[in-house]
Amino acid sequence: MRFRGRVFKFGDNIDTDVIIPARYLNTTDPRELAKHCMEDADPEFVKKVRPGDIIVAGKNFGCGSSREHAPVAIKACGVSCVIAESFARIFYRNAFNTGLPIVEAPEASREIREGDEVEVDLEAGEIRNLTQGKIYRVKPLPPFMKELLRDGGLIPHLVCKYRNLRLEDE
Amino acid sequence: MKRPMTMAEKILADRAGVAAVEPGELVEVPVDLTLANDITAPLAIKIFEETRISRVFDPERIVLVMDHFTPNKDIKSAEQVRICREFARRFGIRHYYEGGACGIEHALLPELGLVVPGDIVIGADSHTCTYGALGAFATGVGSTDLAATWITGRTWFKVPETIKFVYRGRLKPWVSGKDLILYTIGDIGVDGALYRAMEFSGEVIRRLSMAERFTMSNMAIEAGGKVGLMEPDRKTLNYIRGRAGREPRIYRSDRGARYLEVREYDCSKIDLQVAFPHLPSNVKPVTEIPEIPIDQVVIGSCTNGRLEDLAVAAKILKGRRVNPNVRAIIIPATPQVYREALRRGYLRVFLEAGAIVSPPTCGPCLGGHMGILARGERAVATTNRNFVGRMGHPESEVYLAGPAVAAASAVLGRIGSPEELGLKEEA
Ligand code: SF4
Repeated sequence: MRFRGRVFKFGDNIDTDVIIPARYLNTTDPRELAKHCMEDADPEFVKKVRPGDIIVAGKNFGCGSSREHAPVAIKACGVSCVIAESFARIFYRNAFNTGLPIVEAPEASREIREGDEVEVDLEAGEIRNLTQGKIYRVKPLPPFMKELLRDGGLIPHLVCKYRNLRLEDE
Repeated sequence: MKRPMTMAEKILADRAGVAAVEPGELVEVPVDLTLANDITAPLAIKIFEETRISRVFDPERIVLVMDHFTPNKDIKSAEQVRICREFARRFGIRHYYEGGACGIEHALLPELGLVVPGDIVIGADSHTCTYGALGAFATGVGSTDLAATWITGRTWFKVPETIKFVYRGRLKPWVSGKDLILYTIGDIGVDGALYRAMEFSGEVIRRLSMAERFTMSNMAIEAGGKVGLMEPDRKTLNYIRGRAGREPRIYRSDRGARYLEVREYDCSKIDLQVAFPHLPSNVKPVTEIPEIPIDQVVIGSCTNGRLEDLAVAAKILKGRRVNPNVRAIIIPATPQVYREALRRGYLRVFLEAGAIVSPPTCGPCLGGHMGILARGERAVATTNRNFVGRMGHPESEVYLAGPAVAAASAVLGRIGSPEELGLKEEA
């Protein structure tokens, strides 16, 4: 899994109300949600973002509510990957479950600047800042998380397992 | 001999069927109860239906509460609720709450006895951690995790490290569980307990009412916590008596259990707290804040919409008037709270003071409806979040406080305490 894009930078404690405000939660349609992604932090964000672009943020990204609409909105507006110093717990789970790649990388998050061209290589466990010419190693994912991403998220993972179980039952 | 474990570790080990667990380990456990609301359930239903699996693990263990945008504020939200209602009918889900049976989920579930000590509960709502006050391992997840559990009846957790908070001393007048938790979040920050279990203990916790305990556990997530646990005691057992449909399992931390950190607070030094925009950790004692005029007061939510909270508000509003520049909105959290507040005369006090009494709903807490702020407006709210745009316009402001400060501020027209109205709390 490899992603390359321009960076949009955000600060600490970007909460789910900023990622997708509750006033838009009367739908689950990813395209509708994408229209309002990051609106309360940067109303121009959805106009500027292009497919493949990368969000880089500070500590505790995705804190606040459990709404899965947050990673869904980020993914649907074209963002390929989120890099942050740390992630809020529920957001972390939700991102894996819905197939939004996220990387915890404190040093990279602090040093990468708005507009930098960045490449993330999850297999190699590397973040490459092409603009600044810097490379960061990232912690490998726990095997369970890798399995989830390989199967395409929690549900496909489960469906495989459940189907197998059911075959044994019959 | 087994190594001593914290409450969180004991619950997870026991339910995973192993002798002991270590922080960082992944465990798979059965889930006693699952919860979703009118925002998160439709997404979980969509995900569930995409699997084409035609049964749920146990309809008795699925709770659906239509509390956020109801009574439905617009056509879209009405459609979302319809999806949930049809799903509940199709799978024979009895614990489906809408209309006159509906209350705010985290006040409603304990009140109905649906959660008991020792339970493992996941809810597609971040404030599911509220039930930690009962000694249940309860935490928020997303809709996909929830849909997966509807299929398997199980979920996975990473065993968290535990931070212990010990509250000692005597509370000052009017200071409540809300002030203690705001103070704590102010102390450790909004990511101070990220991925961790919080354990609230000490003589002060034992003296708190169940309502105040729920308030504290409710806001564990505001410090990033996975759960906000309290050891069950006699008060807990009295509370569930007559409500619970299941046997409780009592877990308490072992002596010698390993904590990441232990923090002790002398509560006799803690004043009434107010969290300034735009983070719950941005707290100041009420005695040290400048003159801040306000436009709205909201008393309600899963944090502070219980009978005890309304009792405090009624004590302060009795015989007084809400400031003409302020809209005071009071939201009993459940139908039961509503009825009891009516019976005790609180609602009359509120109406005579010039407040608005709303039906049970999340409403303004998440900027849904029933009290949205315009640009530049300020509100004092007993809710749990004051993020940018949380109650309306991105340039509006929310100040978080307990019911005493909220009610006093409604009268004063600015943020202040009951003492400024010459009110003394009777011991
Ligand atoms: S009252 Fe507020 S915090 Fe509680 S469940 Fe409703 S929206 Fe969430």
